[in-house]
Amino acid sequence: MGVEGIGAKVLRKEDRRFITGRGRYVDDMSVPGMKYAAFVRSPYAHAKINGLDTSAAEGMPGVIGILNGQQLQGDGIGNLICGWAVSSKDGTPMKMGAWPALASQTVRHVGQAVAIVVAETQAQARDAAEAVMVDYEELPVVTKAVEALKDGAPQLHPEAPGNLIFDWELGDRAATDEAFSKAAHVTRLHIHNNRLVPNPMEPRAALGHYDPAEDHYTCWTTSQNPHVARLVMSAFYNVAPEHKLRIIAPDVGGGFGSKIYIYPEEIVCLWASKRTGVPVKWTSDRSEAFLTDAHGRDHETDVEMALDADNKILALRVETVANLGAYMSLFSSATPTYLYATLLSGQYDIPAIHANVKAVYTNTVPVDAYRGAGRPEATYVVERTMETAARELGISPAEFRRKNFIRSFPHQTPVIMAYDAGDFDATLNAGMEAADVAGFDARREEARSRGKLRGLGMSCYIEACGIAPSKAVGSLGAGVGLWESAEVRVNPVGTIEILTGSHSHGQGHETTFSQLVAERFGLPVDNVQVIHGDTDKVQFGMGTYGSRSGAVGMSAIHKALDKVEAKAKKIAAHLLEADEGDIVIENGEVKVAGTDKKLGWHEVCLGAYTGHNLPDGMEPGLKEGAFYDPTNFTFPAGCYICEVEVDPETGTTQIIQFVAADDFGRVINPMIVDGQVHGGLAQGIGQALLEGTHYDDAGQLLTASYMDYAMPRAWDLPMFKVSTHETLCPGNPLGMKGCGEAGAIGSPPAVINAITDAIGNNELTMPATPEKVWKALSAVE
Amino acid sequence: MTDVTITVNGREMKGSVENRTLLVQFLREHLGLTGTHVGCDTSQCGACVVHLDGKAVKSCTMLAVQASGSSVTTIEGIAEGQELHPVQAAFREHHGLQCGYCTPGMIMTAVDMINRHGSSLDEETVREELDGNICRCTGYHNIVKAILSAAGAAQPQAVAAE
Repeated sequence: MGVEGIGAKVLRKEDRRFITGRGRYVDDMSVPGMKYAAFVRSPYAHAKINGLDTSAAEGMPGVIGILNGQQLQGDGIGNLICGWAVSSKDGTPMKMGAWPALASQTVRHVGQAVAIVVAETQAQARDAAEAVMVDYEELPVVTKAVEALKDGAPQLHPEAPGNLIFDWELGDRAATDEAFSKAAHVTRLHIHNNRLVPNPMEPRAALGHYDPAEDHYTCWTTSQNPHVARLVMSAFYNVAPEHKLRIIAPDVGGGFGSKIYIYPEEIVCLWASKRTGVPVKWTSDRSEAFLTDAHGRDHETDVEMALDADNKILALRVETVANLGAYMSLFSSATPTYLYATLLSGQYDIPAIHANVKAVYTNTVPVDAYRGAGRPEATYVVERTMETAARELGISPAEFRRKNFIRSFPHQTPVIMAYDAGDFDATLNAGMEAADVAGFDARREEARSRGKLRGLGMSCYIEACGIAPSKAVGSLGAGVGLWESAEVRVNPVGTIEILTGSHSHGQGHETTFSQLVAERFGLPVDNVQVIHGDTDKVQFGMGTYGSRSGAVGMSAIHKALDKVEAKAKKIAAHLLEADEGDIVIENGEVKVAGTDKKLGWHEVCLGAYTGHNLPDGMEPGLKEGAFYDPTNFTFPAGCYICEVEVDPETGTTQIIQFVAADDFGRVINPMIVDGQVHGGLAQGIGQALLEGTHYDDAGQLLTASYMDYAMPRAWDLPMFKVSTHETLCPGNPLGMKGCGEAGAIGSPPAVINAITDAIGNNELTMPATPEKVWKALSAVE
Repeated sequence: MTDVTITVNGREMKGSVENRTLLVQFLREHLGLTGTHVGCDTSQCGACVVHLDGKAVKSCTMLAVQASGSSVTTIEGIAEGQELHPVQAAFREHHGLQCGYCTPGMIMTAVDMINRHGSSLDEETVREELDGNICRCTGYHNIVKAILSAAGAAQPQAVAAE
């Protein structure tokens, strides 16, 4: 490794603009003539729209135009879609209700947009939006998925009788039933996975600009995947033809999944720009974000684990009801199915698994992938069950896990996944050592002497990143391929531009991607520019989610670099009159091995562009592209250990120590990887202790601001002890697995296992607020 | 409309604003200083923190007219030319930022914190004083490290062993 190559702690190239206030986020953009939009939103969770009166609003100061759903439909703008087709176990396709970008007949959740107001200033747009009179006729409301499935429940969509979107299964039911019939012990749990609001700190925003001279549209938007946004907006929503639509996702202030989806607002801003003749900018405020950003999780699950007399797992049976909210968001069907049930084998050799998932409509904000997307829900089911079983059997949770670990690879689970590599003992050992598990009993006694209750909980998670290959996901219903593309442009002076279809919204791609060039050619990272997030610059890409930018995105760059290297070596061999096989490139020099013959990197690059002396038949230039489609998912795994102290007087939980021992495969920049783990842990601990989303019976979101939704603050979290332990992924050329989501996936069960250990009561739901912990404690006393 | 005069990053700036214009809107929309961000509408997240007459304030919670006659420093105003302010440098050195959105407010809060506490800062105080600044990316671990480092204070024990 060079000082800036693979494995080096390179400080981030992108930081300077952010720490000096020169980042460029969508709301920082302005174009000449730009005006401001505000949306008229439903105050009801379920209502029929009998009329819309804009007359008072139209006369208000600064108002340029007010547009509604009928006009949108009249202009042929299509309904929003879910892009992953999942069928019920009886073979019927999922039942997708219509989702217009502006509702004209029925609203199905509080916050749904019914009209847009465009005005000279943002304040004027908001004033006028409040003056738009909508005649709503209230309809009955249901917010809980289990309630929505009951006879007589309010019905949301005529397309989905009983509010059931699909009733899906995975695994072998008969083999699972057979295994349960032979069980020596069965562990049972009911699990609630709490609904979360992703809350990237930058609220969503969109600036739509229609240019009538060119009949061309540009949209600056807070997107994790601008090319997919362009494809979907053109192919399905008829906003504009693909070649007439440019999507720019500049600096984006966090996403965590919530900025994958194409939302009504960007569609409507583009359409409104054409209708009104002015560029239209909309910026969400935080209240709108709570009411419109796709939420995460919200599962109710019954799980049963069958064990033999030797404490080996025989089978797992899982029944889950997933709340998808009022409409099917872009990947909402995949999250509780192929990203969830496929991970139910955990790190363990389980011969038989059967999972059944019912996806349900309710009068709540649509639910889709949020950091981890299905894998946190699976890990919570598996790791809460493992801990509970160990306690019931009276054996050490670590030894119980060890007894059931998968140790031979590749390992085919009964739920699709073929794990390619891992060393679960290594991360468990590392975690237990870092957490000083051996010394825990003494610490518990010491805490008891102070009147406090200590608990220790662990979680041995496995997850799947870089969803692929395209052929496989296509066969499972995905509407897109899940490869990635890259282009490496070498300039005549030897500096390099990397164009990538991945999108960075905090992950530090500008630095890590540059490190691949430093590793390959020995060039400084400052000689590399990473370009992303603009459909006019980058040919195509699938974006960033599912921790795919390393394993998939960087593999595409690696492949393009292979081609650049091969051509540069051919040119150098020709210029140096040497054999191509003897050429080596290092420290920015192109040398003939074993001789003192060499050229500077820039001399080879210039030679490629002058074309004065190239091998016969070679095209000039030095620019190569690659599309990379992985052969498999990757499987990051690790061991998280949480130690808590509970105050029995107040029920307050303090995290004394949190240890994360992860196997992410090859680490490119350890500083950035550690940072990703810290952030994931904060979100996972937030889910376990603080974050809960509450609707009242009328469907009003009670937790719709930072006054009501408990975001983790600095005070709530400890310093983390993190470490990585590499087993290389055999499925991609760099051996990478992905690190973006692990922290959020592995941590919630570790926290809850620790608290339930401390209080001696296993009945505790997330978020484990002081009130809940105090009540659970009171129940055992 | 009301005329306001505010010294921003050392330069006297004049403007005519609607009375309801917030200080952050004046900075962002009238002066084009977009480094100061808005992350919520309830004065909770701290992405909008600037210094008003040397003290950290949330610029979303004050009207531009209230700031008239005062001196405001924003994230754009703390570096000396190309040379970063020590707190900016520490955030980079310790990877105290990811998406960068909360960062301007974090840095302005940290500068104020260090001005008041100096090298006597400790982890507990930093975490307590960050109560009004929310970060969704970093888990605060590296922000705490960066602030302690910029203050010349000792790092927490768990970190010292890293």
